[in-house]
Amino acid sequence: MSTHFLLNMKNISKEYDGNQVLKNVNLQVKPGEIHALIGENGAGKSTLMNILFGMPVIHSTGGFEGTVEINGEQVFIDSPQKAIDYGIGMVHQEFMLIPGFTVTENIKIGREISKPSLLSHLFGKGMETLDFEQMARDARKALSDIGLNIEEYIQVAGLPVGYMQFIEIAREIDKTGIKLLVFDEPTAVLTESEAERLLEIMKVIASKGIAIIFITHRLSEVKNYADSITILRDGEVVTHKDIKDISIIEIAELMIGRKVEKLVDLAEDTRTLSDSDIALSLKNFHVDMPGERVRGVDLDIRKGEIFGIGGLAGQGKLGIPNGIMGLYKAEGTVEIFGKKLDLSKLGSALANGIAFVSEDRRGVGLLLDESIELNIVFSAMQIKDEFLYHLGPVKLLNQKQVRQHALKMIDLLDIRCTGPTQKVGSLSGGNQQKVCLARALTMNPEILIVSEPTRGIDIGAKKLVLEYLAKLNREQGMTIIIVSSELVELRSLCDRIAIVSGGKVSAIVKPDAPDAEIGLAMAAG
Amino acid sequence: MQEYIKKAYDNIGLPRLIIAGFFLLVLLSAVPLGLNIATLLGDTLRRWAMYGILVLAMVPAIQCGIGPNFGISLGIVSGLLGAAISIELEIANPWLAIGVAMLVGTAIAIVLGILYGMLLNNVKGSEMTVSTYVGFSVIAFMNIMWLSLPFTNGDLIWPIGQVGMRNTISLSNTFGGLLNETLSFTIGQEGKGLFVPTGLILFFFLVCVIVWLFMRSKTGIALSAAGSSPAFTRSSGINVNKMRIIGTAFSTALGAIGIITYAQSYGFLQLYNAPLWMGFHCVAAVLIGGATTKKASISNVIIGTFLFQGLLAVALPVINQVLPESNLPDVIRLIISNGIILYALSKTKGDK
Repeated sequence: MSTHFLLNMKNISKEYDGNQVLKNVNLQVKPGEIHALIGENGAGKSTLMNILFGMPVIHSTGGFEGTVEINGEQVFIDSPQKAIDYGIGMVHQEFMLIPGFTVTENIKIGREISKPSLLSHLFGKGMETLDFEQMARDARKALSDIGLNIEEYIQVAGLPVGYMQFIEIAREIDKTGIKLLVFDEPTAVLTESEAERLLEIMKVIASKGIAIIFITHRLSEVKNYADSITILRDGEVVTHKDIKDISIIEIAELMIGRKVEKLVDLAEDTRTLSDSDIALSLKNFHVDMPGERVRGVDLDIRKGEIFGIGGLAGQGKLGIPNGIMGLYKAEGTVEIFGKKLDLSKLGSALANGIAFVSEDRRGVGLLLDESIELNIVFSAMQIKDEFLYHLGPVKLLNQKQVRQHALKMIDLLDIRCTGPTQKVGSLSGGNQQKVCLARALTMNPEILIVSEPTRGIDIGAKKLVLEYLAKLNREQGMTIIIVSSELVELRSLCDRIAIVSGGKVSAIVKPDAPDAEIGLAMAAG
Repeated sequence: MQEYIKKAYDNIGLPRLIIAGFFLLVLLSAVPLGLNIATLLGDTLRRWAMYGILVLAMVPAIQCGIGPNFGISLGIVSGLLGAAISIELEIANPWLAIGVAMLVGTAIAIVLGILYGMLLNNVKGSEMTVSTYVGFSVIAFMNIMWLSLPFTNGDLIWPIGQVGMRNTISLSNTFGGLLNETLSFTIGQEGKGLFVPTGLILFFFLVCVIVWLFMRSKTGIALSAAGSSPAFTRSSGINVNKMRIIGTAFSTALGAIGIITYAQSYGFLQLYNAPLWMGFHCVAAVLIGGATTKKASISNVIIGTFLFQGLLAVALPVINQVLPESNLPDVIRLIISNGIILYALSKTKGDK
């Protein structure tokens, strides 16, 4: 084949607030090929696609470096409309369909075909009547192109999820002059047979000369359906190959990458962990957390252990701590030091000595409008009746005690603030995280669960938070469970790491397990 | 120094500066018109304290997350019912009479408030609309009840026909003016000077302190947290819906105490449609005081009620002087009071 590329993105670099998310990335896609774009969460896939689509988020943050060529011609895409004009389409992961409209209307929305009417002569183009027949014909054609056998006049509401995905695709290929379609994790929400069908349709579309960029986490799909592959890691292209030249294991290995950096210096390990001394035990644990469903997890976490839970986004790793804390509906058995937890009762985990630092810092973790001191003592006050004056049935805030404790915590965790009365909403991410941690520690927990402890905080604060967790574990023997998307931090801290995929634990690995093993466990299911 | 001024300005906020400026302007314009400034200020003081507790009822409601309680009429009718029952019992001691009125009113209000809170838990996101309708509906419902409740005391029912309760019921035989007269004094000449209703003001402050203490109690803090971040509150093992019900019931109970305080100062119980718009006035006052639909404090209540009621108390006599002998003053009164409400509602976001 010649070196004719439909899309050629060259030396793309992008930084957000001094944070380099893409470094000299090249992406070349030939017409009619299915090109897989693979990478961990945060590897830069979304940013690259946002650049391709000229999303406002790119241009409002200073644009990007590098060039984009379409059919060998350099283009400058600064708005999604321009991207559409150049024939680039996107099939979204969440369906952007209007439930009350028919299939035709959804396919044709924004590009309706109209014909003049009496009113339009008087009031202009906005009053033209719609040419439903022509629109229905177009919709019919688009649907049959992708082999979907449904009537174009039925309403979208009530259709199976799989069909909605196909209607999205039909809408994209109905656009005249479509040359490139981006599929962003199209199979994530589909059943197995639906997914297979979708992949077949992708092949059909590709055979018509339309190029496809295929973003997915399922490596078997990549191996079976893609023609070539680009793997991103930490904002850089690690490889670009034809699919026949690479194995699944190689893909997994390259995706994870050997990260040698040591994030924390651990103190000497004097702990003795025993398989019979179990701090937290999960049996057949299910959590109904939207986007992070847990479908039957069995885990035994030993007392005094630092246990990591990793996995890709949307696979259910976040559902585990949220389910234990009772924030989402959970089923199954949770035992804390052999004592069964009443999952239907809110706060029962807290009352039994588990403290939780949420991944959703601003939503769940903090009262942004309140002071640092109130945030720190809130849970202990509510659950354990601390920091209160007890006047018969009346329990009033003991301001003096609160202040003392807050000052101690600010000092201990090095929270940078103007004082204990500063509102947490005005703190930086790292300091907010320290406040969350302080709140959890104020509970004096036996088991501490931290979810995404370093998300959105700078490297210095990251190190401090992780080292403090290690210190708690080594010096106080606290059992710590870390849920994180950052494999490197799990590896540098944990004794064991459970990899969650498809709502189940696909493997429990040692922190020094080979990349391929972890990569495959992540992509399983 | 400049920084200090800027900080003070940020704390007070532009809307309050504008309204306070307008208040002073109207007050000054009363001087050349020959109005008695002392009387005007006395009126301001009285109205401030008599409306204060009703406005205070907004604090637990806003803090617990249901937003400004337009349905405060629910508490108001509970209080009116309590007062009516107290009169029906013909209690001789005015202190006992007002005590019984408040206790009965509060008890009814708490029961209704719990039901109302349960209703509001089912309509999260549109509490303001629903509470407005609850407020209107309960007035309409009570219009029927006032006509048919089996009260027999001659002070309460129409003298002719002996059925149904009067529009306005004089409190002169029971607790009318009780709090106002307690420890009261006049600055300057009797009848012309500045009358200070000490008892009323003290009672208002007492209730303020109680609410302030409540908001600093374990329950009060949990309730405020439930209002500002339900997700956070849940993660600390607190039942958010229960907190919202407590806040709503507390707000309704304050409404009952508030209307009795108001009535004793006014000297009459006003039934039927009289309380229809009171909810709006209370909401307006607290918003002018710097509250938002998500956050309100006691100082918002004290400042807001003073500005809102003060402006009404001063503006009306001034307009009467400027435009005598027409019904324009009444029209302008409506324009001013509703204008303030509109202005206050437009300021629900963006400033504190």
